[in-house]
Amino acid sequence: MKSDHHVILRVITKTLIPVIVLYGLYVQFHGDFGPGGGFQAGVILAVGVILYALVFGVPSAMRAVPPAFTRSVAAIGVLLYAGVGFWALLQGGQYLEYQALFQEEPGGHHGQHVGIILIELGVLFGVSGAMLTIFYAFAGRVAEIRDEDW
Amino acid sequence: MAMSEPDIGLALVNIVLLGLLFVVAIAIARLRSLFAIVMLSGIYSLVSAVWYVAVDAVDVGFTEAAVGAGMSTAVLLGAMLLTSRTAKPEKSLRQLGPLLVCIATGIMLIYATVDLPAVGDPNSPANTGVGLTYLRVAWYDTGIENVVTPVLGSYRGFDTLGETTVVFVAGIAVALLLGFGERSLAETIRNEDKNLSKNAPKSDAEDEESDS
Repeated sequence: MKSDHHVILRVITKTLIPVIVLYGLYVQFHGDFGPGGGFQAGVILAVGVILYALVFGVPSAMRAVPPAFTRSVAAIGVLLYAGVGFWALLQGGQYLEYQALFQEEPGGHHGQHVGIILIELGVLFGVSGAMLTIFYAFAGRVAEIRDEDW
Repeated sequence: MAMSEPDIGLALVNIVLLGLLFVVAIAIARLRSLFAIVMLSGIYSLVSAVWYVAVDAVDVGFTEAAVGAGMSTAVLLGAMLLTSRTAKPEKSLRQLGPLLVCIATGIMLIYATVDLPAVGDPNSPANTGVGLTYLRVAWYDTGIENVVTPVLGSYRGFDTLGETTVVFVAGIAVALLLGFGERSLAETIRNEDKNLSKNAPKSDAEDEESDS
């Protein structure tokens, strides 16, 4: 269990995870221009943590990204998305009417940009948090994953 | 585009990819080792993602690669740890019912395919109805280059809110059924505490390699 024959796996994973997370953020913030958006970015970010958990063990992953944190992030994401809707309501518009966020005339794009970026952030938080919660729920039931278990 | 002269290269790519999907599906159905099945289903998702890109559905392909090949493979690996590693072989008589259902569904699907418009057909309902309207007005309405983003976020914002909520509810439901998974962390900490109190100098800390 404490053997070191996974050293290549560990080294490669350590270099890969930052790239995966960076790519997830790229997908998130480049969604206005290319394919992708909150859903895909959330899954990619979650997969980065899951890869860490598969190689270094679920407990170490839980120390880095605690389960309480993942489920709070999921809830905050949904709250953020729904909150943008209420923000539009408070500004006198209809629910999720981004045009109303800054009370713009028709043709103004500022509210659309801000609204979509915020809801995409909500989707990112919601999806990545929920995915990690699901993974922890499954993987966390086994105390230690030994090599023979695969 | 492919109406007047069929693109042979694209047809070959389609045939190869769909053939690969078929082979992988047969292998999944015949294998008994769950680990191999999980890995093959990841490969299945990856090949279908490539195929989606080949038919110009880049967003769908991207999602399939991230969710199907990445996420669900990882979750299935986690779920596999909770059960045995091999599936029990079914009696061949009991395989008859599912086989008949599969064949019937397949015949119906192939029958339905006859009515489908060709890939990229400009006169198909998807390209003449609301899709065309989105393409025309999205830039003026929102000023966002990728038309998929305003459709998802703006025109169909309620849909996406519902989807996000569904994902959140799914996560909470799984956690409520299986627990939040903190048992493994708690057990590890307990073991470490025991080890530390037993023989303090020989700690596990070396192996954990502090990342901070």
